[in-house]
Amino acid sequence: MRILVGVKRVVDYAVKIRVKPDKTGVVTEGVQHSMNPFDEIALEEAVKLKEKKLAKEVVAFSLGGPKSAEVLRTALAKGADKAIHVQVSDADAAKVEPLHVAQALQKIVEKEKFDAVFVGKQAIDDDASQTGPLLAGLLEWPQALYASKVEDGGSGYLKVKLPAVLSADLRLNEPRYATLPNIMKAKKKPLQNVPIKDLGVDLAPQTTTLEVADPPVRKAGGFVEDVPTLIAKLKEKGLVKA
Amino acid sequence: MLSAKNVLTRAVRLTNSSRLSSTLVIAEHDDAKLAPITLNAITAANKLGNEVSVLVTGANASKVAEQVSKVNGVKRVLVAQDEKLKNNLPERVAPVVLASQKQFNFTAITAGASAFGRSVIPRCAAKLNSSPISDVTEVHSADTFTRTMYAGNAVTKVKSSALVKFLTFRGTAFEPAKDGGSGAVENAPAADDVKTELSEFLGQELSKSERPDLATAKIVVSGGRGLKSGENFKIIYELADKLGAGVGASRAAVDAGYVPNDMQVGQTGKIVAPELYIAVGISGAIQHLAGMKDSKVIVAINKDPDAPIFQVADFGLKADLFKAVPEMTAALP
Repeated sequence: MRILVGVKRVVDYAVKIRVKPDKTGVVTEGVQHSMNPFDEIALEEAVKLKEKKLAKEVVAFSLGGPKSAEVLRTALAKGADKAIHVQVSDADAAKVEPLHVAQALQKIVEKEKFDAVFVGKQAIDDDASQTGPLLAGLLEWPQALYASKVEDGGSGYLKVKLPAVLSADLRLNEPRYATLPNIMKAKKKPLQNVPIKDLGVDLAPQTTTLEVADPPVRKAGGFVEDVPTLIAKLKEKGLVKA
Repeated sequence: MLSAKNVLTRAVRLTNSSRLSSTLVIAEHDDAKLAPITLNAITAANKLGNEVSVLVTGANASKVAEQVSKVNGVKRVLVAQDEKLKNNLPERVAPVVLASQKQFNFTAITAGASAFGRSVIPRCAAKLNSSPISDVTEVHSADTFTRTMYAGNAVTKVKSSALVKFLTFRGTAFEPAKDGGSGAVENAPAADDVKTELSEFLGQELSKSERPDLATAKIVVSGGRGLKSGENFKIIYELADKLGAGVGASRAAVDAGYVPNDMQVGQTGKIVAPELYIAVGISGAIQHLAGMKDSKVIVAINKDPDAPIFQVADFGLKADLFKAVPEMTAALP
């Protein structure tokens, strides 16, 4: 079995994001980026299947600007055999929709005959949670979403026939760290560059962002002295019975 | 003359189909009862300004279809009852949705943003080359919506130019639709390509609970890592039972194995917005706040006064939860 794993470069999960003053998006320049945490889990699962000799080859895939190569090197250091970078300009990258990513994945899968595609259940930047089921729809493959356990290609209590698309939930596994020797080795592994136009994917946007704003701020109400005061306050508001 | 008549019939048919053009809501249910999130989705769908039809698929769809037909704002209920549709696997529901689309030409196809809706909507959207919009929290018009990104830390207003809008609605952002409707029930168009060999439902383990459903409860009590063990969660259950509350948990508590993962509140779990949310022994990581910060009133009980949860809490109690929680339970009627 050959597995394609979709990985995305996103603003690191620990970063407190800032909305741009002109409301066009969030600040990404000079901000720590890393591999989307759910994709790390998807990758780990694929590498584990390879270690169990259930998969023959694990190929990492990323669609994005030039810096997406960084997450692909990370994927190689964590055990992927090779990587495919579908290249778009940084300007286009900001407008790429999950549908476009799914279409690019579809083209690669059909060209290179993969048996399974693993993706994270969602990217922590757009929170769309669409790429897995979009791809499964395009390929007309079964989908096992939010997988928390994988046994020989079946997931949890759902049995899907290969080829299939799987999306990884947090609890699927604990991703490994890339060790220094593996990071060095990863530099020698093949990383193939594919300009998006070679795949014939139309990046025409269907969704335009009109405005990005901060969520309404909640004001802290302060501390209450003790339990009786707390209960009294809640009774006052009619939230608990008097 | 004959051809003129044909043109006329065709014109009538066209008018008919454009009159019938409407929004489709895909119903979620467990064969006996409609999932509450579908009622929120019906409210949201009505804000798109079109007639709302609801598709009920499944092995026992007829009974649920009867319930749906009585919901306010539902004009039509399409029923696809078939043993093949048992458990509503997305691979099998999608062809039914697409067959319905072919016949009725909906301008929007929608569902609640649950695991079910998020599985089915993109799968169908892909077949029509449409970019879906997930977890909509506000409908401004038939093509303009608000949703959140970055775990609720950015709110974005988007306009969709997709020919057919595929949307999932965040349940807690819309009131549930009430009874009082009288929709017409009819059979959904037959889908001839429902493949049964692709996937198979083997079974599921649901956490059984007498308590109200987490996603729709008026009061939620959640425990975090501060509880220190699964055993200790019983003080959370006792307080919840006094309050008639649903019980949630932080990811830390789930990962530590204190409680099953369907109790998780947060970006990667359930999103709740009850009248009262009581966070016990939860520090308030961004991930958790994304799932509960739209609650009307937030109470935090934590011994660390610097815990971020206190920055969103209306009432903070700096206390040892093992003392404070039983004290609260005892003090409540």
